[in-house]
Amino acid sequence: MNSKQMKRARAGTLESGDVLVTIEPADALEIKLYSPVINQFGDAIMRSVREVVESFGVTSGTISLEDQGALDCTIRARLATAIRRSFEEEEGVDA
Amino acid sequence: MKRSYLFLPGNQPTMLQNGAVLPADVLIFDLEDSVAPAEKDAARELVASALRSIDYGRRGLAVRINDLEKLYVKKDLEAVVTAGARSVMVPKVNGARTLHHVAVMLDLIEEECGIEKGRTKVIALIETALGIEKAFEAAMSTPRVEALALGGEDLCADLGCPRTKEGTEIFYSRSRLLLAARAAGVDAVDTPFTDARDEEGCYADTVYARDLGFDGKLSISPHHLRPIHRAFTPTEEAVAFALEVVDAMERAKREGRGAVSLRGKMIDLPVLRQAERTLELARASGMLTAETEGASL
Repeated sequence: MNSKQMKRARAGTLESGDVLVTIEPADALEIKLYSPVINQFGDAIMRSVREVVESFGVTSGTISLEDQGALDCTIRARLATAIRRSFEEEEGVDA
Repeated sequence: MKRSYLFLPGNQPTMLQNGAVLPADVLIFDLEDSVAPAEKDAARELVASALRSIDYGRRGLAVRINDLEKLYVKKDLEAVVTAGARSVMVPKVNGARTLHHVAVMLDLIEEECGIEKGRTKVIALIETALGIEKAFEAAMSTPRVEALALGGEDLCADLGCPRTKEGTEIFYSRSRLLLAARAAGVDAVDTPFTDARDEEGCYADTVYARDLGFDGKLSISPHHLRPIHRAFTPTEEAVAFALEVVDAMERAKREGRGAVSLRGKMIDLPVLRQAERTLELARASGMLTAETEGASL
């Protein structure tokens, strides 16, 4: 996927139970996690994030996650959407 | 028995999470009206992820896809079918042609993904005058159809009439859809009651639909689940009588008779069918369990 041009993209919200994922183009891969439960679940969240990132073959970009207590399935979904959007894979708007 | 079908907005994580504890018989994850056009991709991903991960117990799980005029319908179907959705609700069904397209796409997706052919069922949402006119044709168009559901709001917009709480304006459409569903041998699901705060209004509306013959009702609010279930709960007297009818008919069958007298009333097959429906509702509402049923006979 990195062979395509990456662009800035976002997915999710800052509402309770959700997570806002922002992706910025960068030369190296960097993951930033902000979460109220980082002490309890930070490692588990990072594991999920890395799994999703690897599944898309992403090797660069700054990925920021502002977690509002989202479930694992929500984090995975929002991150996948943000990655697709950053590579313009998804139309996103009413076709 | 599926009495309540609750819509959950497909792009709201907390609502998808809450679905696991709400007492709906069927959850409908919505990718259509409740999702903004720019968020369709996010909702599709979120619903698929929830279907894969959250334990919804014994609730039926359906996804309302976008209407067929949108280019991303195939993406909707691929995402939710591979994630395990057993039913898709197809909006704006205007006859057999709409469902033929969906059935062809489902055939392909199931084949590509190694899913048993025909596993994914269809709930046809009828919400136009043309849809009502062609409801039977739609119900018979593919064996995937498991229910016809009525969308009263869009229907009234199409008919050009105001939508009232009394529902007089959709009486004919309700009856017509019910006949089509019964003739095709699929479930009939009534339109949602749209005042989320009016639980008694929802109860009265559900009783009305139940008495017409509907099997269940769509719901746009968790607050409507209780009145819907209450409306579909038979009285204790009705359950006791139904049990007596079944018992009497079993005795008649053993004795080689087609009808029998019970409390001075002739009991035959139509009465037995009504009694069996009452018992199904009693089981769905928890009034009867295998244990209590055995004890009462």
